[in-house]
Amino acid sequence: MDYIKAFVVGGIFCLIGQILIDKTKLTPARILVSYVMIGVILSASGIYSRIAEFAGAGASVPLTGFGNTLAKGVKEAVQKDGFIGIFTGGLTATAGGIAAAIFAGLLASVLFKAKDKS
Amino acid sequence: MEHQKRGRQSFILQHTPVITAWASVAGKKEAEGPLAHTFDIKCRDTHFGQSTWEQAEKRMQQVALKKLIEKAALSEKDIDIVFSGDLLNQCIGSSFTLRNTGVPHLGLYGACSTMAESLLMASMAIGGGFADRVVAMTSSHFASSERQYRFPLGYGGQRTPTSQWTVTGSGAALVQNRGNGPMITACTVGTVTDLGIKDANNMGCAMAPAAYATIRAHFEDLKTGPEDFSLIVTGDLGQLGKEMLLELAKRDGISLGGKLADCGTLIFDNTIQDVHAGGSGCGCSAVTLCGYLLDQISSGKLKKILFCGTGALLSPTSTQQGLPIPGVCHGVCISGGNS
Repeated sequence: MDYIKAFVVGGIFCLIGQILIDKTKLTPARILVSYVMIGVILSASGIYSRIAEFAGAGASVPLTGFGNTLAKGVKEAVQKDGFIGIFTGGLTATAGGIAAAIFAGLLASVLFKAKDKS
Repeated sequence: MEHQKRGRQSFILQHTPVITAWASVAGKKEAEGPLAHTFDIKCRDTHFGQSTWEQAEKRMQQVALKKLIEKAALSEKDIDIVFSGDLLNQCIGSSFTLRNTGVPHLGLYGACSTMAESLLMASMAIGGGFADRVVAMTSSHFASSERQYRFPLGYGGQRTPTSQWTVTGSGAALVQNRGNGPMITACTVGTVTDLGIKDANNMGCAMAPAAYATIRAHFEDLKTGPEDFSLIVTGDLGQLGKEMLLELAKRDGISLGGKLADCGTLIFDNTIQDVHAGGSGCGCSAVTLCGYLLDQISSGKLKKILFCGTGALLSPTSTQQGLPIPGVCHGVCISGGNS
């Protein structure tokens, strides 16, 4: 059941992205950034934690989940360190994900060569 | 020499330059398309044995030039000038092709209109008596263009429905002051036209107004019309741009229907090749001209064509700064030869 929930919710996030690519003039980069922003807003308003509770990885893996982690990190850091937490919280909370992405990118570029799509 | 200028932006060529040889090199996807049988060299390895996409593009031009010279039974030292350009920053595809060859080179940037622009410049050089054997050449590569204009392929971005597929290919034509083959009888230098389209994924529509401006100027300057041509062929408007061009002409009461073809829609079979709005890039019109079209003219199946190379004059910086995309189009009238 957890798998189905994650699939459906994660799929809906991706479906919205696909519709935005097909129907609007938004570039993929803008869509990605807006997904992060939406994650931050939904997290701040307390909605995202409920989605995440229901869908698990279906909510944490898409980019909105990254926004959610950023916002949560800032919240916690502000509670702990005060004002300075606004600046440190986001990156501290997401450090694992960012470092993993950089490492995975490096690994992929060493192991594989880009092909054209023909 | 007699005055050859006609109208505002066109000229005729009294001593008609002759296209005596042509050669094309195409990549894998192009070789799976409907024009496959017209390419001289087809390469399944889109890296062309090189380590980077930019080097692969340079390699394509080298191969195209070599093939052209071989077909014309000449050697590099017989070439007076090479007019060539491509889409890479500072046109390195062209300059690196010709480095240390000893062949005089004039680099051009006309975006995807480069085949027509180089042919136009070659006709000027020949028609004016400044050279005897001139090569017009260009290339584009899907992967190097994606990096140049959008994102490197490794980024894995999605393509939008209006986007076109940059042709991987290079075409070269040898223009001489005598010989047998299709003749260049008149040219129209294009104007830069901008109707405010900003979508870098919809370049066909950004270029259509420029294409129409040039076609109309050619008709007015040379007192001719669509009925005098077997085919009016645009470079890479794609499906959407072609429809827009037909619409623009219709508004002025000019019917291009039946006469208009677009290299971007000729080169791929869109029903099975998933190229969205069609082919694009310098190579698109180059390999279509330096293969299918010149073959057809040479064999007498086409009598007279107006070859209109269309270019979108954007840069990554202008796109990032939100500026609209200006288009340009150069027209070259090619008619059946004396062979």
